[in-house]
Amino acid sequence: MSGFTAVVKRDVVLAMRRKTEVLMAVFFFVVVAALFPLGIGPDLNTLRMVAPGILWVGALLASMLSLNRLFASDYADGTLEQMALAPTGLTQLVAGKVVAHWLLSGFPLVVLAPLLGVQFDLSATALWTLSLSLLIGTPVLSLIGSIGAALTLGVRGGEVLIAMLVLPLYVPTLVFGAGAVQAEVTGLGASAHLSILAAMTLISAVLSPWASTAALRLALES
Amino acid sequence: MLTISNLSCDRGDRQLFSGVSFSISAGEWLHLSGDNGVGKTSLLRLICGLGAHTDGHIAWGSDVPQAGPASRSDLREHLIYLGHQLALKDDLSALENLMTHAAVAGQALSHERAFTALAELGLRGRENLPVKVLSQGQKRRAALARLLTSDASLWVLDEPFVALDTHAQAVLTAVMNAHLTRGGMVLLTSHQAVELSGQGHVYRLAA
Repeated sequence: MSGFTAVVKRDVVLAMRRKTEVLMAVFFFVVVAALFPLGIGPDLNTLRMVAPGILWVGALLASMLSLNRLFASDYADGTLEQMALAPTGLTQLVAGKVVAHWLLSGFPLVVLAPLLGVQFDLSATALWTLSLSLLIGTPVLSLIGSIGAALTLGVRGGEVLIAMLVLPLYVPTLVFGAGAVQAEVTGLGASAHLSILAAMTLISAVLSPWASTAALRLALES
Repeated sequence: MLTISNLSCDRGDRQLFSGVSFSISAGEWLHLSGDNGVGKTSLLRLICGLGAHTDGHIAWGSDVPQAGPASRSDLREHLIYLGHQLALKDDLSALENLMTHAAVAGQALSHERAFTALAELGLRGRENLPVKVLSQGQKRRAALARLLTSDASLWVLDEPFVALDTHAQAVLTAVMNAHLTRGGMVLLTSHQAVELSGQGHVYRLAA
């Protein structure tokens, strides 16, 4: 078993032993998405129009909720420094942690989004596009988020700092993710938006583990 | 063989230590002593590659000393570091911690070897308890079991005797002696006198 899969497995096992932390992000997403139709009112046209934006912003915030714990507990108990010393190489292990974060905070949202979309009277094709856009787009949130989490490691008030660092970088993902659903609803077709989302995922998959590793090494040196 | 030559380290404007030179060859141990805050832990972390030194060389094997982070990736494969933080996950059992640590480091480890290691350190019957219910001393034993499950030749141990009872201290000393007899190297810090077999000396770190 390579170090990468070992880290993914370890993080998933640890999360399953502390389910509240995983459920919190999912619950947050469900509650936010459920509150908006109640607040906006029952006008179906309005709901259909705002649905992609609301669901995507919800996903964005839910994914960010668990970011500050991405490296913090490993840093506090010394596991992170052992990872930095592992012959496997820290970059590979960081990539494993990011994949585990996505499995625990991004993937549940992909599965839940179509259910929540029904509240906004989205059509079947729009629901499908919503899920697909989340599937392609949420990895970017974990990938970019890991850089923010690594940079704010050991900093007091890190949670707020992460939001300030990471949210502006989430904007392109939000624009093209929500835009994909909007384009599908208006009949333009979502393929252009989805292609750009996929490109962003691939680029951040290449660059972000490397950047996170550099930031983690800085945190470990001090 | 680990050779440290003329190493110095700064923390901000303050110089922590300078001109540190020593070497450890196969079968030798070195006891790093010094007052609190003199930089023992910093020096160990620096040797492991968890920090940047201001000046000097760290060389591993027969390498010619070179500037900068010399042959660190090579050293990493032959080194095991146990620091003040035990790197144990509270929600995992001692056995799971041991297996996971090996898997993450890319080492093959059989259940039998892990069980034997834990039993040798006196954790028989507690292998499957979550680490959070163990006492401080037992946690440290669980962390020390890593020494018995790894094939690293250089052991870098920061205060390994802390929190251990006299029996566990004797066991740990025996484990280190066995490692030295096999031709391993031990670099440790401790505030108490350490008596190990084989060639060894005390290096006193002073500001």
